[in-house]
Amino acid sequence: MNDIAIIIAGILIGVGLAFDVFGCVGLVRLPDVYTRLQASTKCVTLGTCLILLGALVGSIGTSAAWPTIAKALLCIVFVLITAPTGAHALARGAYKDGIKPSPSVVDKYAKVVPVREPDRSETIEAPDEPAGKDS
Amino acid sequence: MTWVGFLWLAVAVLVVCAFMCLHRIARGPTPPDRAVAIDILGVLLIGACAISTLLSGRDFYLSIALAWGLLAFVGTLALAKHLEGKPFDE
Repeated sequence: MNDIAIIIAGILIGVGLAFDVFGCVGLVRLPDVYTRLQASTKCVTLGTCLILLGALVGSIGTSAAWPTIAKALLCIVFVLITAPTGAHALARGAYKDGIKPSPSVVDKYAKVVPVREPDRSETIEAPDEPAGKDS
Repeated sequence: MTWVGFLWLAVAVLVVCAFMCLHRIARGPTPPDRAVAIDILGVLLIGACAISTLLSGRDFYLSIALAWGLLAFVGTLALAKHLEGKPFDE
């Protein structure tokens, strides 16, 4: 019983780690904010859920089985709810920050949402100020 | 391969993923790139907490993962709101 649980947990954790690695490679290699957001958020969400599922299965037979199972299920539900919500908010914020999806051809969201021009004057000028001056 | 060795290998893979996210945080050309990388780093840490639970046999690491996920979610929403150009109390 315990050996079978450990084998299943190892398979789940291995698949989850593969998804995590692919998501992070997408985060490094893709050309745009939106493509990076899509690849990394989807892959890392599924990978983390599989790792949590592996922790759930791998804790069967140990002394702390039932609290681990309950907390792992809670974490899975929480990650599945919050990760897409955060990614959606970040994509909307990035678009309103004035970043165009540069390799794409069609941009129908531009007809709906007014785009603020990127204003980075404060972030550029901030290090030039003398350090002791309080505003 | 033993079970503990496999878990330490999993920790090593997660550390490599975290360094990829740190590369994007350091080199990201725009602020939303960095915000995305911070979000992904938070989700990776939840998986690291799950593997720590299996390594140590104690379940409080999953409580840490739950609290960390909540704080990372609030931080991501705050960063997104800041990128939209709105004040935080709107």
